[in-house]
Amino acid sequence: MAWHGTAGAPRLHIVTGKGGTGKTTVAAALATALAGEGRRVLLVETEERQGISQVLDVAPLGTEETEVATGLDGGAVWGLSIEAGAALVEYLRLFYRLGMAGDLLQKMGAIEFATTIAPGVRDVLIGGKIYESVRRTTAGRAPGARRGRDPDAPPAYDAVVLDAPPTGRIGRFLDVTGQLADLAKVGPIRNQADAIRGLLHSGTTVVHVVTLLEQLPVQETLDAVRDLAADGLRIGAIVVNQARDDSVRSTVDVVATQEPDPARMGPQLESVGIRTTPAMLEGLALTAAEAVERRDLELSLEDAVAGAGRPVLTLPHLPEGVGPDAVWRLAAELADQGVRP
Amino acid sequence: MSDLDLGALLDDPETSVIVCCGAGGVGKTTTAAALALHAAERGRHVVVLTIDPARRLAQALGLEELDNTPRPVASVDTSAGGSLDAMMLDMKRTFDEVVLTHADPETAQQILDNSIYQALSSSFAGTQEYMAMERLGQLRHQADAEGTWDLIVVDTPPSRSALDFLDAPTRLGSFLDGRFIRLISAPARAGGRVGARALGVGMSLAAATIGKLLGKQFMLDVSTFVAAMDTVFGGFRARADETYALLQAPGTRFVVVAAPERDALREAGYFVQRLARDQMPLAGLVLNRVAVSRARISADRARDAAEALEEAGDRHTAAVLRVHADHAEVAARHRRLIRDTAAAYPRLATVQVPLAGADIADLPALRDVAAALTTP
Repeated sequence: MAWHGTAGAPRLHIVTGKGGTGKTTVAAALATALAGEGRRVLLVETEERQGISQVLDVAPLGTEETEVATGLDGGAVWGLSIEAGAALVEYLRLFYRLGMAGDLLQKMGAIEFATTIAPGVRDVLIGGKIYESVRRTTAGRAPGARRGRDPDAPPAYDAVVLDAPPTGRIGRFLDVTGQLADLAKVGPIRNQADAIRGLLHSGTTVVHVVTLLEQLPVQETLDAVRDLAADGLRIGAIVVNQARDDSVRSTVDVVATQEPDPARMGPQLESVGIRTTPAMLEGLALTAAEAVERRDLELSLEDAVAGAGRPVLTLPHLPEGVGPDAVWRLAAELADQGVRP
Repeated sequence: MSDLDLGALLDDPETSVIVCCGAGGVGKTTTAAALALHAAERGRHVVVLTIDPARRLAQALGLEELDNTPRPVASVDTSAGGSLDAMMLDMKRTFDEVVLTHADPETAQQILDNSIYQALSSSFAGTQEYMAMERLGQLRHQADAEGTWDLIVVDTPPSRSALDFLDAPTRLGSFLDGRFIRLISAPARAGGRVGARALGVGMSLAAATIGKLLGKQFMLDVSTFVAAMDTVFGGFRARADETYALLQAPGTRFVVVAAPERDALREAGYFVQRLARDQMPLAGLVLNRVAVSRARISADRARDAAEALEEAGDRHTAAVLRVHADHAEVAARHRRLIRDTAAAYPRLATVQVPLAGADIADLPALRDVAAALTTP
């Protein structure tokens, strides 16, 4: 089975996960891993958090696509921060040839109105921008190239990776048409929502879920996998982020073979030159017991993650934090685990 | 960095509202619940408003379902004469209640049935934040009127940005008071044509464009919605201002919660700055889940000793030392991060809560957290 666990060749990778699980870093690493030789990958964020620019240590992203990193095998990662208001102005300019009127709308507060009155509208605008970037070809972008569009031209981006809203909001974010049901029954917004829905439910799109080996994130991950699949979306991999490395695990395995006994440890430690105190020995025993407890919890959570029946990718914990180097390291790790463009 | 004495703060009868804020996933709700429990068992009459508690914490507080009404928490030690009520915020119901309290039945029904209202009350970005603050205001009124509680502890929503709840009331208020929304709803207010004529050319173009995009029905819904809301509230902004003032009132204290991770600490830093700028009374910073080394052996020393023990064949004790070394390294990293924060905010009072193994599943576990929180 492919690393993403689906039959098709997905090009839109949606990365979600509970807040604080490192979703943005994983999305950046995935984009880097997918940017193989000669490839272009677009890395997109939607909540104006500037998470991508922080992780990759580049200038804040704007509404123009800019190159932000080099891919693992020499490809290029481009970045984009989608902002609903700008997307609406662009949309109006393209489809209504509004030109200057866009600025006027902005001044009148109309853009703010349209993007805040219903989050559904906001998500359709953001979704529309993603839709456009997935479908754009090297022959040009709609609608300027509309008439002369070459249907066989290769896509402008080989893959689009979306640093999506967290699991708590992802269902609503991806359910673009459901949200609009009562608000806009007809009209261009509605049509666009339907087109986005088509893309999201096609083999082009997979949703990856990032988790930590902790109770709440795993629970949310399993809930999200179930709910998103029920909504007809294709679930890709579950990414277990910030995992302890195997050497730590095997050390704890040794610790778990017997109860730490201060009476036995004391003389052994003294024999290698450590002056012990009862408090120290008690502290060591407590630390050992907690590590075993923690390992047992992780084992049961790993089982729970495996039980979801999706491919599992595991990324190591990087104690010194994230930055461009860390993203590369994680991208290489993903490639080692079978992630291919 | 000085010590944050939350025990004294909770004992002080002048303290009447505590707002726990911080980034998502740092243990805000647990902190709020632990502070409330501690105060109640010290004799205060406390209500804690939680936003979205983890399942087991909710069970520990006896919150089986979202029902928006404070209920007594069982098994609280009331020997000091205190009491603890807990509730979980139901934002839609809070919004509905606001409408029902302030409108005549007919207008209220009109609002509740309006599709714009339904979208706004269940999913407007910021509604949860706004309603949390609204509910806080209600609890405060109830406490003043009935003498039910002398301390209210509030958790804040797990926002995209930790600052959202400060801005939400103003945002929602200014949104509903916005120029555009006023103008497109003008025809409904003025009873039709008169208002429409008053629109400038630019504004009618704007309204027409947005109308084309969203559909006529939508615009009609907006206009009836705003007109109905207008008669009810006499301006959301006034209400938002009231809530905001409550946050600045004497007796209110903010507690910023963070975990010893770079992002959470950065977010906490923004929060501290923002509270200062808005003249919100900050009590201090709670640092949750701080790893503390339990044996005085440095990581390097422990690893060297482990190697020697492995050579001697004492594999088990060697493994215990290695586990300690890893833990000591995490503890050292946390210490460094905390020291950096202390250097950046020298006047910030803090208290640390050590890393605990499992989730908080019952009141005794919550008492342990409270004990750590109130021991400066």
